[in-house]
Amino acid sequence: MSHAVADERPIPARAAPKRRLRLSWADRRFRAIVWQVLIVGVVGAILWYLIGNTNANLAARHIATGFGFLHRVAGIPIGESLLPYNPSVDTYGRALLVGVVNTLEVSLIGIVLATILGTLVGIGRLSRNWLLAKLTAVYVETLRDIPLLLQLLFWYTLLQGLPPPKRAWSLGHAAFVSNRGIVLPLLHWQPAHTAALAAFAAGVLGTALWARHARARQDATGVRPRVWPVAAALLLILPLLAWAALGAPFAVEVPVLRGFNFRGGLTLTPEFFALLLGLVVYTAAYVAEIVRAGIQAIPRGQWEAAEALGLRHGQVLRLVILPQALRVIVPPMTSQYLNLAKNSSLAVAIGYQDIVSVADTTLNQTGQAIEGIAVIMAVYLTISLSISLFMNWYNARIALVER
Amino acid sequence: MGDAGIDRVSERTRGVGPWAWMRANLFSSWWSTAVTLALAYLVLRGLAGLFAWGVVHAVWSVPVGANGMADPSACLDAAGVGACWAVIADKWRLILFGRFPYHEQWRPALVVGLFIGLYAVSAMRRFWHAGLALAWVVVLAGVGVLMWGGVLGLAPVPEDSWGGLPITLILATFGLAFAFPLAVLVALGRRARGLPAVRALCVLYVELIRGVPLISVLFMASVMFPLFLPEGVNIDKLLRAQVAFILFTAAYLAEVIRGGLQALPAGQAEAADALGLTYWQKTRLVILPQALRLVIPPLVNTFIGSFKDTSLVLIIGLFDLLSMGHVALSDPPWQSFSTEVYLFLAVIYIAFCFAMSQYSRSLERGLDRSRRR
Amino acid sequence: MSAGVDGGPAIVLDKVNKWYGSLHVLRDVCLTVAAQERVVVCGPSGSGKSTMIRCINRLETHQEGRIIVDGTELTDDLHALDTIRREVGMVFQSFNLFPHLTILENCTLAPMRVRKMPRREAEALAMGYLERVRIPEQAGKYPGQLSGGQQQRVAIARALCMKPRIMLFDEPTSALDPEMIKEVLDTIIGLADDGMTMVCVTHEMGFARQVAHRVVFMDRGEVVESGTPGEVFEAPKTERLRGFLGQVLRGH
Ligand SMILES: Nc1ncnc2c1ncn2[C@@H]1O[C@H](COP(=O)(O)OP(=O)(O)OP(=O)(O)O)[C@@H](O)[C@H]1O
Ligand SMILES: [Mg+2]
Repeated sequence: MSHAVADERPIPARAAPKRRLRLSWADRRFRAIVWQVLIVGVVGAILWYLIGNTNANLAARHIATGFGFLHRVAGIPIGESLLPYNPSVDTYGRALLVGVVNTLEVSLIGIVLATILGTLVGIGRLSRNWLLAKLTAVYVETLRDIPLLLQLLFWYTLLQGLPPPKRAWSLGHAAFVSNRGIVLPLLHWQPAHTAALAAFAAGVLGTALWARHARARQDATGVRPRVWPVAAALLLILPLLAWAALGAPFAVEVPVLRGFNFRGGLTLTPEFFALLLGLVVYTAAYVAEIVRAGIQAIPRGQWEAAEALGLRHGQVLRLVILPQALRVIVPPMTSQYLNLAKNSSLAVAIGYQDIVSVADTTLNQTGQAIEGIAVIMAVYLTISLSISLFMNWYNARIALVER
Repeated sequence: MGDAGIDRVSERTRGVGPWAWMRANLFSSWWSTAVTLALAYLVLRGLAGLFAWGVVHAVWSVPVGANGMADPSACLDAAGVGACWAVIADKWRLILFGRFPYHEQWRPALVVGLFIGLYAVSAMRRFWHAGLALAWVVVLAGVGVLMWGGVLGLAPVPEDSWGGLPITLILATFGLAFAFPLAVLVALGRRARGLPAVRALCVLYVELIRGVPLISVLFMASVMFPLFLPEGVNIDKLLRAQVAFILFTAAYLAEVIRGGLQALPAGQAEAADALGLTYWQKTRLVILPQALRLVIPPLVNTFIGSFKDTSLVLIIGLFDLLSMGHVALSDPPWQSFSTEVYLFLAVIYIAFCFAMSQYSRSLERGLDRSRRR
Repeated sequence: MSAGVDGGPAIVLDKVNKWYGSLHVLRDVCLTVAAQERVVVCGPSGSGKSTMIRCINRLETHQEGRIIVDGTELTDDLHALDTIRREVGMVFQSFNLFPHLTILENCTLAPMRVRKMPRREAEALAMGYLERVRIPEQAGKYPGQLSGGQQQRVAIARALCMKPRIMLFDEPTSALDPEMIKEVLDTIIGLADDGMTMVCVTHEMGFARQVAHRVVFMDRGEVVESGTPGEVFEAPKTERLRGFLGQVLRGH
């Protein structure tokens, strides 16, 4: 159909002229401007009216606006916190920060676990084993159909129904499960462990470099050097050596029962655990559907074509199927991650002190309703934006990989 | 060719009887056999345990004590061994209909029936025309009359005593009915060429709402809305939550509808332009009928989501289905039987959501088929 | 049908220029189409044929020069636009029938909504044109149930229902299988016999010879040559046209 005539004579370039606006209702651009002024004006007027009312109401109730309260001592008891926090000296600002960290903690762990569980369930749904496929389908269907809040309350009451610490279930007298939460032994952290961790990080970097080198060699010579022995050496043996070189210290702090509760060790409170469990189990059902749809979106012809080219099964998966499936999976997965982060705000219903819960308490104690809600929204907008940006970046990257 | 291949496969799996089927689908390899055996063991144990707990050892009713309160001692004896369905027998009307006057509870029951009828009618392709909008208006007005009363000889009932399933359905359905037109406008605004300010406004609204959790919007409704209104004007908490719901749902619906608008080939709008239709004629007669039909499955999914999301009003102290379950559990005799109540609630939610998701699934299949044709 | 309002030319393009961003797609295009004249536009892909024809009913806006259709100049004025859209019918390469409406509803939509015609009258009109294009029996079906050739004939009937003075065709047959091309071209030839003003983008040389008063050759946004089919096809003056004709003839 193409009738292109090769003709490379230069044509003098000329730019588009500007056009004048006529002030007439029949003029398209004039009409567009009037519409915009009208709509924006109406929205602005409504906002203006609401803000006016709010100011009048605040004045009538003698509420001072502003974020000055952030510097006052909070006195909010917070059960668990990764940051040092003392209710009798620390400020509202600090308390809110602790809330943010708690939100991030449960969201990040939740995202990782939900991805793992959801992927397993999603692959299970595609299994040729009828029983496994049906069971995972039932899992997905039921859990998606029950409101998350109901599930959270269920898990929370279930955890509270566990025996008290005195009759806690113990796993080898090192970890305990009771209605006060789950207590795990904690590694006594020493410089050697830091060194091992650093060695591991270096190993990751080294592996990535070696993989690049391998690819370059393959491009140049056609032979791909093996990657996995180097990876194993860098990721496993290097950290072990670093740890051993510093005396291979290993001491764990085992929790012990003192009075009515455990001392020492790492405690996962029932609130945290119920929230995490609920978020993971619920979100995994959605992740499973996304993974299943992503794999099913790849036509059989792709497998056949790749195998016909002589690629091995693993190569087909890595070079042909996964890049395509990921492209289908990443956008909906992003919105599930966002949902999980936003759903973590249900913590307020079971008493895990995330940002919403802390801000709610703050708002009740200080009467600073607008500021409290503004803080919640600002935090979540930041989280949403960060996840979106990261996933967009990742999406762009894998789109490139595919090309 | 492809059909012949499929036939051959299905003959192989179907034609030779249950043993062949089991060999192909349960015991195809030693790994599959191991999985099958392990899962079968777990499932059978689980079902047997559930049956023993929920049926064999369950307590179905308890006597009422001298003080008019139920006497849960039979349940307490069975705790951990058998389910206490007596809590449901005692509380089901409270959970379903809240504190609506006992003898008037046929009204919320009728409301629930009306809603279900409305969903069923809306689901049928046969009724997809302008008359459907009228049906919605009539039913929603009827719901208002039945709940408030005060006319037609119905005793007036204040909103404070509404509760349970009708609240859940009202929040979700009114939310959809009002959010939908707003969402259509926002979606159109977001695609309006030549109106950058309107587009920016719509983007801002959608992204702002979708970026924050529903609970923060509900908090806003419960603590900030009163500040927005002029002195002396007070609107009811239910209405405030309803407004928050509408604003929240509309942002998500707008994105769904925008997807439909984008999926429509540009030629459709051009042909309408070439015929001389105005913008609104083009939108109403050519664009929306096609775009909306494309997005019915995701619209249903959004509705399922907002149906489940209504449970969040528990946090701001409104009495939807889940909150009424909580209220029932706060009654001293029943405090330790939350599992039974939660299961009862879960079954209700599952019944609604499952029906809707099956429906959306079948629509998707239908759309796929017609697209392939 | 009838000639232009005052007997003047139906379409005048005077030094029309258009840009897509920095891409200059129409360069000083001048073209005058008299009432009842039939013009065929040809040229290589990307030469701006569609763009030019779409400027005539303002699906695209030009940025420089003047376009006068039926005595009305095309500007940002929306009243002028309404007038033009009523007087100019367009047929697209990809039909663009409305799939959610029946054939009859596709045809009555604009007469009822734009010309405010009562339903009965609009339906009678539509059935008349559907008979013209020889598919009245399909009136109750949906576009998806028709063949490509039938769909394109419906699209022609739909445009005719607005009783336009001018018809624009943008490659009306290039999405069709060879055996359907003839039925569509025959329909267009029938219109030509009625004296409709037509501008048609097509590469069907036989059709051009049979129908066109004039053939216009465009390349890289310019009108390079124009003349009777005989002049243009038999005695091309420019190298560009010779090259193009060589390619087209070889391709056929
Ligand atoms: N919407 C648009 N945005 C940017 N560039 C465009 C647009 N539409 C067309 N163009 C460019 O304008 C030039 C002319 O396009 P046009 O569609 O008019 O060509 P044509 O002669 O109709 O070609 P064909 O025979 O392939 O239909 C082309 O280079 C095309 O890439
Ligand atoms: Mg073209």
